[in-house]
Amino acid sequence: MDAEQQPATSGTAGLMLSKFPGATILSDKPDRPQVRVAPGEIHQAAVYAKDLGYDHAESVSGVDYPEDSQIEVVYHLGSYTNPDLQRNVLALSVRAPREEVPSPGRDSTRLPTLRDVFYSVEFHEREIFEMLGVYFEGHPDNRRLLLPEDWADLPPLRKDFDIKGR
Amino acid sequence: MATPLPPGLQLEKVDERIMTLNVGPQHPGSGHMRIIVQIDGDYIVACDPDPGYVHRGEEKMAEYRNYITNIPHLERPVIHDSCNILYPYVLATEDLLGIEVPERAKYVRVIASELNRCVYTLYWLAIYGIFLGHSTMFMWPAGDRELFIDLLEKMTGARVTHAYFVPGGVRNDLPANFEDVCLRQVAYFEKRIAEYADVFYDNPILISRTQDTGVLSRNDAIRLGTTGSVLRASGVDFDIRKKEPYDVYDSLDFETNVLKAGDSYARSKIPWLDMMESCRIIRDALSKMPKSGSVRVKLKPNPKGGDESVYRRVESGRGSLGCHIVSRKKPEPYRVKLSVGSFRNLVAMPYLLKGEKLGNMPAVYWSLNYWPVEADR
Repeated sequence: MDAEQQPATSGTAGLMLSKFPGATILSDKPDRPQVRVAPGEIHQAAVYAKDLGYDHAESVSGVDYPEDSQIEVVYHLGSYTNPDLQRNVLALSVRAPREEVPSPGRDSTRLPTLRDVFYSVEFHEREIFEMLGVYFEGHPDNRRLLLPEDWADLPPLRKDFDIKGR
Repeated sequence: MATPLPPGLQLEKVDERIMTLNVGPQHPGSGHMRIIVQIDGDYIVACDPDPGYVHRGEEKMAEYRNYITNIPHLERPVIHDSCNILYPYVLATEDLLGIEVPERAKYVRVIASELNRCVYTLYWLAIYGIFLGHSTMFMWPAGDRELFIDLLEKMTGARVTHAYFVPGGVRNDLPANFEDVCLRQVAYFEKRIAEYADVFYDNPILISRTQDTGVLSRNDAIRLGTTGSVLRASGVDFDIRKKEPYDVYDSLDFETNVLKAGDSYARSKIPWLDMMESCRIIRDALSKMPKSGSVRVKLKPNPKGGDESVYRRVESGRGSLGCHIVSRKKPEPYRVKLSVGSFRNLVAMPYLLKGEKLGNMPAVYWSLNYWPVEADR
């Protein structure tokens, strides 16, 4: 690790950046590091986060950015076992391409799953698949969870799905 | 012509030996959800929880309202614990808007959230009792719950949907005689809660039904990312109030309850022990609270957050409750995500029910401290 080339980051964010030079540090506030990695690196980044002591996913959120034509998935990772990380929540994010006319499961909005690294993302990823249309490749159970089985509209948490009357 | 089914709609094959049963969504034992169980004789071989029957689109609604008008609807997923479900949202909003909360308001919030924890836990305990066929354990908690509902009504003006927490403090100050009434009710409840052991927790019938059913090991509890009473019943000492104290929890005197067995009995005992700690916290907070002072910071109309995202978490009646807010310099949040304990503990359900007898399903299911409406949001 070349110390001179590193920006002034510390802790998890700094370690992530030294391991994945293409990563972006979105924030390095105490106990809330936010790191964005490329889709090709998300799986390795998750394995690395697990090596650092993060052992479960607290939350997985999907955020739609239509003007960037991207959908972001944010994994909030926490640790039960490492006492140094008990206050810490790492926000590991990744962006998938977004299509104007989505066809969930059959279009290019895809990301590799983290279910094999963090078992706890299983239902969260299912929720993001139905709510934003991000298909998680390698997820053993990509069925709908909350929405009706015959839902035929846009994935409802996309920004172009409008609430009626608003 | 056969169009391939989309990945959400595949049909499953079932063996001749295996029968598929739908428990719910109208079955009283399942809450507002469906559990698809496959049984071989009397034993569950697979279980597929199917939530979503009470999905309200809270997260979508939150994108259309500003930070203040979001408050009354965001508490709806779990109205019995409405202070705790608002807590992370309010903390995250305060981070975004850079608000410093008055000292007295922090204590009032802690008292309200502990009273609410007892209201929720008593409701849950009543349901747990009745689904195990113990009707006394339905009546007692349902009756004792009124004590705390009366206190919260005095505090907030509403029996269950309080909408009491606001960014910058709480909506109104405590009534004049609140401290005396609260101490009296808590002292009565502490005597009362000890009697629950005689009728329920030390009852050999309950113990024989719940001990060693649905055992979750320590490693699996961590791996599955469970939280709250499920996690602490499996021997992991993790309570957000201790590990990442918010407001004034770091100055209060209380213990975290941890049991090692990891079975349904341990999972049902932890919330009961937690209620005793809640009584301690309430008494301690009342004694340490500043006796006068402001309880609310006045905000500008339509406050705007910066261009950032925040994640805050609290310990609710069902475990860790996280709120992720993405703000983009607008009066409305760009995205609000609630990561709720019920949804996180759901992943343990198929795991625990596999291999259990069908008759043990209510004992295992309700021991997960699961609230279907909260899981759906």
